[in-house]
Amino acid sequence: MTPFGTILAKELRCFCVSPVFYVVGAIFLFISGLIAHLMTVNAGQQAVRFLQIQNTYAQLNLNELVFRSMFYSLDFVLMFLLPILTMRLFAEERKLQTLELLLTSPVGINELISAKYMSVLLIYLGLLSLTSLTPILLSFYSSFHWNPILTGYVALALQGSFFLACGLLASATTENQVVAAFLSFGMILLIWLLGGLGSLLGDTTIGNVFSYLSFSEHYDRLVRGLLEAKDIVYYLSGIVLMLFIAHRVVDSHRWA
Amino acid sequence: MITVQHVSKHFGRHTALDDVTFHVKQGEILAFLGPNGAGKTTTMRILTCFMSQSEGVAKVAGFDCLEQPIEVKGHIGYLPETPPLYPELTVDEYLTFVGRLKRLPPQRLASRKYHVIDQVGLGSVHRRVIGHLSRGYRQRVGLAQALIHDPPVLVLDEPTVGLDPKQIIEMRGLIKSLAGSHTIILSTHILPEAMATCDRVVIIDQGRIVAEGTPDQLSSRLLQSEKMSLTVKQPRPDWLERLRTLPGVLDVLPAAASNTCTIECQLGQDLRETLAQFVVSQGYGLLELKPLSLSLEEVFLQLTHQDEDAAADEPSHIEQSQRSEQTPR
Repeated sequence: MTPFGTILAKELRCFCVSPVFYVVGAIFLFISGLIAHLMTVNAGQQAVRFLQIQNTYAQLNLNELVFRSMFYSLDFVLMFLLPILTMRLFAEERKLQTLELLLTSPVGINELISAKYMSVLLIYLGLLSLTSLTPILLSFYSSFHWNPILTGYVALALQGSFFLACGLLASATTENQVVAAFLSFGMILLIWLLGGLGSLLGDTTIGNVFSYLSFSEHYDRLVRGLLEAKDIVYYLSGIVLMLFIAHRVVDSHRWA
Repeated sequence: MITVQHVSKHFGRHTALDDVTFHVKQGEILAFLGPNGAGKTTTMRILTCFMSQSEGVAKVAGFDCLEQPIEVKGHIGYLPETPPLYPELTVDEYLTFVGRLKRLPPQRLASRKYHVIDQVGLGSVHRRVIGHLSRGYRQRVGLAQALIHDPPVLVLDEPTVGLDPKQIIEMRGLIKSLAGSHTIILSTHILPEAMATCDRVVIIDQGRIVAEGTPDQLSSRLLQSEKMSLTVKQPRPDWLERLRTLPGVLDVLPAAASNTCTIECQLGQDLRETLAQFVVSQGYGLLELKPLSLSLEEVFLQLTHQDEDAAADEPSHIEQSQRSEQTPR
């Protein structure tokens, strides 16, 4: 087994025995289920109202009524929950002083970071795939377009991956898990607010730069069903940048 | 096997290591001795590529710690001061994890794992979760971790800290049994430990090497005169004065018991025979006559104190402190 596989397997094993993972997973699935339920009930009520007024069955747009709001709410939930998933990655290793073992083993920092990132990514994608129960169940009772839902999931996957990379970086900078969680939450919030600042400044160069740097614009496009390379490039470059900084941070203590 | 040349390490303005140079030959056990904060852990971290030196060259098994860290890491087994353990893993899982990290091939890993579990005496607990083990067992798991890939060089940072006396003796025995096939550097601030386990001692204080040599060499190096302890059965009131008149005797100091004294003689003269004859001829009744050598502890205190005293620039004080430290225990 390569060191990458070894660390990945160990990380997954540690997640499986960690209460934090189960708490985060349960909260995430409960909230996503609740949101789906509320949105569906809301759509049903709208259908009834439509029937009372127009006296005909309306073909309601479930993509609009249920899924888009679901994707926006889940994005918000991820902002709070994913930092808790990533906080232990490096902070715990520092606290237990096991980072000394990892860094004195013949393992590159690249392998270390990519294995740790891959472990949370797999955990997150696993959780995310469980929420696909909502569209699958709804597809038995109604009809809607699958494509925007798929791009919505791509958006959630990319958004989450970006948050996880931010969380990994935050975790690499401290040995206190709580600090790591707040730090990554702060980073995500800051990047999000850049979008607000961008729209405030309007169609100026700086405004556009801020809007581009924030993920909200890119997330928006994907959720609305626009699958464009520039948005995917934004997320991927963001992830690579965060992991690169994390690499420098982990390496830097050698020179401290 | 290990070469450290003019290595310095600065943390901001603080200098943790100042121009440290030493060598360790293949199969040797070297003790790194010093008070807390002397730079022992920093040296070990530089050797294991966990830290980089600010200046100088450090080489392990011919590989440069800065240029070829992966090769160096592959040749070293390292037990840090706090054993790097994952409390949620079992001993078995943990050792498998470390073995794979050290790139042991799977067939070899299985056999090595059982070998080290046996070697460090973890047989009864190897299925238990590390978080539930006692301090002594954790320390052993830490050592097993350092040994799993059978590295030619072992770096052990205070391997006996936190162990009970029986475990300390076992640990020392284990370290001694590894000598020859392994090159070992261990750090300690406990002097008898260095005496008991090591071929050579490097004494480090405030980031500088203050002495280096075998335990015997170190104690003889600091000896300006030879000392003997004499115990007799029936001392007379003037016996100390009469001893003082003997040729070759520099001084006679009374000891705690009235029938015992310490005799200081000129370096290189063995006065034991003369003394024995004299005591017998005077009818004191010879009970004991033994040469005193400085213990490593005294050497250590002297070396580290001398430094402070030199800084204070009080030569008379040095003599005093030397005298008080050289009195027999």
